[in-house]
Amino acid sequence: MNAMPAIEFSGISKSFAGVRVLRGISFKLGAGRTLGLVGENGAGKSTLMNILGGNLLPDTGLMVLGGTPYTPQGPTDAARAGVAFIHQELNLFANLSIAENLFLSALPRLGSLPWIDRKALHDRTATLLGQVGLAIAPDTLVEQLSAGERQLVEIVRALALEARLIILDEPTTSLSVRETETLFSLLRRLQARGIALIYISHLLEHVRELCHDLVILRDGEVVAQGSIETYDTPAIISAMVGRSLTRLYPERRGTSTTAPLLEVRSLTQVHIVRDISFTVHRGEVLGIFGLMGAGRSELARILFGLDTAQHGEVRMGDRVINRGEGPRERMVRGLAFLTEDRRHEGLCLEASIADNLALVSLRQHARTPLRLLDRNTWQRAISTVRAAVRLTEKVSDAQSVQTLSGGNQQKVILGKWLLAKPEVLILDEPTRGVDVGARFELYQLILDLADRGAGVLMISSEIEELTGLCDRILVMSQGEIRGNFPRAEFSREHLLAAALPREAHA
Amino acid sequence: MNALLRYASPILFVVVIATFGVLSPKFMTADNALNILVQSAPVGIVTIGMTFVLLTASVDLSVGAIMFLAAGIAGKMLQADMSLSVALGTMLVIGVASGGINAAFIARLRIAPFVVTLAFLFIGRGVALTITQTRAMNLPEGFLRLGSARIGGVPLPLLIFGMMLLIAHATLTRTPFGRQLYALGHNPVTARKAGLNTSLLLASVFLISGFCAALGAILSLAQLGAVSPKFGEAYEFKAIAAAVLGGASLFGGRGTVLPGTLLGVVLIQSVEAGLVILNADPYLYPIITAAIIFIAVLIDSGRNTLLERLNRRRIRNDSAQA
Repeated sequence: MNAMPAIEFSGISKSFAGVRVLRGISFKLGAGRTLGLVGENGAGKSTLMNILGGNLLPDTGLMVLGGTPYTPQGPTDAARAGVAFIHQELNLFANLSIAENLFLSALPRLGSLPWIDRKALHDRTATLLGQVGLAIAPDTLVEQLSAGERQLVEIVRALALEARLIILDEPTTSLSVRETETLFSLLRRLQARGIALIYISHLLEHVRELCHDLVILRDGEVVAQGSIETYDTPAIISAMVGRSLTRLYPERRGTSTTAPLLEVRSLTQVHIVRDISFTVHRGEVLGIFGLMGAGRSELARILFGLDTAQHGEVRMGDRVINRGEGPRERMVRGLAFLTEDRRHEGLCLEASIADNLALVSLRQHARTPLRLLDRNTWQRAISTVRAAVRLTEKVSDAQSVQTLSGGNQQKVILGKWLLAKPEVLILDEPTRGVDVGARFELYQLILDLADRGAGVLMISSEIEELTGLCDRILVMSQGEIRGNFPRAEFSREHLLAAALPREAHA
Repeated sequence: MNALLRYASPILFVVVIATFGVLSPKFMTADNALNILVQSAPVGIVTIGMTFVLLTASVDLSVGAIMFLAAGIAGKMLQADMSLSVALGTMLVIGVASGGINAAFIARLRIAPFVVTLAFLFIGRGVALTITQTRAMNLPEGFLRLGSARIGGVPLPLLIFGMMLLIAHATLTRTPFGRQLYALGHNPVTARKAGLNTSLLLASVFLISGFCAALGAILSLAQLGAVSPKFGEAYEFKAIAAAVLGGASLFGGRGTVLPGTLLGVVLIQSVEAGLVILNADPYLYPIITAAIIFIAVLIDSGRNTLLERLNRRRIRNDSAQA
């Protein structure tokens, strides 16, 4: 084995808008070795890999790639240096053939003629596919390939670019057991050829099966590293969870009742969610914990009527919601949905605070025979709800929401839904990108809602805030519910253990 | 369902031809077929350019205006007794230059193609109306002879159309440039990440479209013999319609010149010719043409919805049924 490390990080730090997401990351990876990179959502894995892949620049710190200093200014630099980043969302052109995808930027030509040398293209692709043991014709269109085959083609493309270090981000999520096996045997061939791999996954069995070394990140720091043999699964989980600073949570005044508000029975959509059943009660704050890609947001979208489910039943109170009912009908039934993407889906960014607040309740103010807006009741409603969500008083109603901080934007969205007087509120990552002070206020608003008898379904990736706020927490993984924890049984380790995906058994 | 969407264009083509064939025996004759092909040449060449533009998920609304602009200036030059070849050369240069203006705003200043080419539609037409003083201009004999000339028994317009089809087809299927256009249309962000010069690719399709518009204008003038103030009007609509009928997607990344563009253009031209043979009420033409285009666009968006559903991200791996 080569003694020179394939990649060495020393003292890498990175901040976004004053928030430190990486602090002093240092570790190295030998050529031909595979490193498992694990950590909770938001631990800094993606940021670190984006720095390695040239998508982000570090604030401080050095990288050394195969013995030479490495400072990529963009993904092209990274590719040239032999670093390939295989994202969860694949970067292939479905309308082109495998061969064209592999050599797109440098298609071989017939001498100096403008025509593609199709034979050379075919042969080179066949050789590469052969090297990794893939029996697919080079001329096959990518759109005809399965998810697993596309993943393999993406790796072959990295080889075509002569990558020496390949980063894989959750490559097995959408693969079947057999496809995963093929992927792993391909990765083992790469290991044997001396290519270094960084393997990011929540699936600890896979990490254990494939990797030599392990690095665990938490809150932007390396909390553990070393040979994979020195860590068993419980040790990895407890290092991932760790002890971060305890936050304060507002006091809960009311309590959850046993009156059902929203009942979900055996909700199933192929490839998305399977057999989801739970009930949100009056006055309850029900949390849904899960890692990225667990299917939580997809479940929320189905509940709100944005996507469909093939099987299962959703009830609000004593009425079944029909499958065909869209968001509009579900709003009338008393459902509200605060999406995870507040800038694109939650707000009309250019529009004023007042217009955003009034958006879903406009009809209430159109009372005249001509259905014109009654400005007086409208203005009163807006003033009331501004006070109710404690929106900063420094801004006028007419100001556009894009000038607000994340926390205040979230209050506008919450206020918008409060005006519609919802029975059940679905909140998807309501505190993402919100600073600590504003978080506390959002928590208070959420608890107030429950205290007044609404049901709250709160999706979050932060165990900490869920255990601080919720009466009960469901854990989702791989599109299924894998745990149901009442408040007395809250434990960070148990929640995370339930959230980690499990290897499928065919 | 999938297959029906995939082969929608040829199916539509066969249905239309068969319908007219049944309705009128004169439709299914060699003479009529040749006539339709020759008639198709001008709009066909403009559609070739449009197909390149649509492949990148852009649109060029200025082709009709470019045609008129080039024709107006050439008409003036011929009135001033300049030679035919100089006038024709100038038309092609104007076409490429107009495409270059579009390209500069779109690829360099990153303004939406729809906006840029819509502006060119009005400005270009306005400039051309000023140049021609909104009067029709008759063209010299020599121009008309281009339209009726035959080389080896094949009408010249058809020959030019055929050559353009072959060149465009080879460019799209056999050159790196062509394949990269498909990549750009499929996903511009990924294309840039794959190291392609996306601005240059985008710019070049507007140059090609401008050139094709001017060449189409030459063939059209050779059939008409005069530049009228309405010359080139609605060509952008016809060309987009023909390209989409031929299977090009308005969402980019999908479409062919052979058989696609050829099929689309001949289809539209057949409908017009068929209606003439049937002596149909002229007011019916736009309605029937529009209905066929509507079906084509409907199929295109149906195809895309289906593809989107197939490519939706998976959370878990369930067996295909369930």
